[in-house]
Amino acid sequence: MTATTMPYDQLKGPTKVRRLLATPTTGPLVALLLACVFFSLTTEQFLSGGNFSLIVQQVMVVGTLAIGQTLIILTAGIDLSCGAVMAFGSIVIAKAAAEGGLPPFVAIALGLVVCAVFGLVNGLLVQLIPLPPFIVTLGMLNVAFALTHIYSAEQTITDLPAPLTALGETFPLGNTDITYGSLVTIALFLLFAYALSGTSWGRHVYALGNSPEAARLNGIRTSRLTIGLYTLAGVVYGIAALLLISRTGVGDPQAGQTDNLDSITAVVLGGTSLFGGRGAVLGTFIGVLIVGVFRNGLQLMGVASIYQTLITGVLVILAVTVDQISRRKAR
Amino acid sequence: MSTSDVTPVLQARGLVKRYGHVTAIDGADFDLLPGEVLAVIGDNGAGKTSLIKALTGAITPDEGEIRLNGEPIRFTGPQSARQHGIETVYQDLAVAASMDIASNMFLGRELRRPGFLGSALRMLDKKRMRQEAAAHMADLKIGLRSLTQPVETLSGGQRQAVAVARSVAWAKSVVVMDEPTAALGVKESGQVLDLIRRVRDKGMPVVLISHNMPHVFEIADRIHIHRLGRREALIKPSDHSMAEVVAIMTGALRVSDDGGTVVADADAAEAAGVSAH
Repeated sequence: MTATTMPYDQLKGPTKVRRLLATPTTGPLVALLLACVFFSLTTEQFLSGGNFSLIVQQVMVVGTLAIGQTLIILTAGIDLSCGAVMAFGSIVIAKAAAEGGLPPFVAIALGLVVCAVFGLVNGLLVQLIPLPPFIVTLGMLNVAFALTHIYSAEQTITDLPAPLTALGETFPLGNTDITYGSLVTIALFLLFAYALSGTSWGRHVYALGNSPEAARLNGIRTSRLTIGLYTLAGVVYGIAALLLISRTGVGDPQAGQTDNLDSITAVVLGGTSLFGGRGAVLGTFIGVLIVGVFRNGLQLMGVASIYQTLITGVLVILAVTVDQISRRKAR
Repeated sequence: MSTSDVTPVLQARGLVKRYGHVTAIDGADFDLLPGEVLAVIGDNGAGKTSLIKALTGAITPDEGEIRLNGEPIRFTGPQSARQHGIETVYQDLAVAASMDIASNMFLGRELRRPGFLGSALRMLDKKRMRQEAAAHMADLKIGLRSLTQPVETLSGGQRQAVAVARSVAWAKSVVVMDEPTAALGVKESGQVLDLIRRVRDKGMPVVLISHNMPHVFEIADRIHIHRLGRREALIKPSDHSMAEVVAIMTGALRVSDDGGTVVADADAAEAAGVSAH
């Protein structure tokens, strides 16, 4: 353009540092590192392989839920049903294997399918009626919660076959014991990080979150994409259900009741915008770790657990404030 | 420019579209010649939008024929019109604000890495997309600091430039622009008009829908005046004044067979201060 006098330079971007600062994951990462430094200095036990392995174990279920939650939030939606769907999935898996006599892997597959169906129904209602994700998933939260209690008859399911709890087993790495489940969670984070940043599908997810209309006008099949995302999130919740079983060793109908909000907390702390189209699944991983590190560190310092909740709440409000301000600046 | 010896790039004859009792397109004709900027103007409710939607596949006309480069054609949707080389720049830009310029240019048409990485891992070829986006931007002399900056950091004119560059990059036959200067200031409008000229100079015909008469007269080679669901007149800006064109648009004047104008509505013509010539 004639009046745009900036020299044309095809590949030169803003400097590396400025780009890094503009990345929404940078702030959470700095916060996480600062927290680690703080707890390393104030407690003896924090800085050890065993403790880090414990933190990852403690967050792996919510972390896996938060992957599905990230997918939904990137489309400017929200999923309140994830914890309840996971709980129902875990009861289905446990009951099918322990009482229904199904082979363990068939029971696991059944649990994944059930969770996927919940996601599919969420997606269909959100996209085709259309209804606000908040309301749809609030309803589904109650449906899944009730079904969990009806189907389990309020009973904890014990005596599970070994394959269901295999992911809770550990292997030694140096002198630290790592659970296989932690590896599954980390692998899922890496898989979705690649899919969102390295493939067309990922680009389309971000475009959808930015503006469904713009995505549609660019030939993206937004309806299919949205329904697919909710379904895929359901599958991820199914994997979380398996991790939950492996961690507790039982099918517990009371499990996961606050995990929906905890997963949203992790996503928001990780720098993903509730308004859609901005954020990253690796940010969510950092968000999950922030929650885990704070809980762990404060516990080691001897702070009562209710204060851990208080601090998590403050962190969330802080994170959303930062998001809102940075969005305003971007305009 | 004579219409008889040149095959129009995009042509329509007798298009009709009815919605119940409402006739949105009432036997409309349309002709776009190679390498021209054709402005489409008309009062609100004249049916411009319906006509453009029919030409870009967004609606299917009940009657009439559309020809692309002389061949009869039927679009089944916007996607089918795009596949035939007709690209549209929408009024609200249709860009993804938090994504960078190169990503926006290739949105919905991303390139994958060759070989295993692309076919099995479906890995994007970000470098090639950046390079090709850069080439397109350079081709249209659009200067931007970086193709990796999010579109939301650009000014309105720069965003419009990105949207135009994207459509030109993909268009094989026609670029349709819906009110490209509507949301822009004077200076930025000027930049976009320059850009439209460069698009035409590359040989790409442009359909420009606009309300802005000065802009239309500045850039259009011909003006399609739409009224009451059909083409009222197809004129050259050099043959008529702006006031006359507005008068034709509102029905005060009519274009006569010899290319002059006759008064169609005496009161309206007097009120508008125009007369026949």
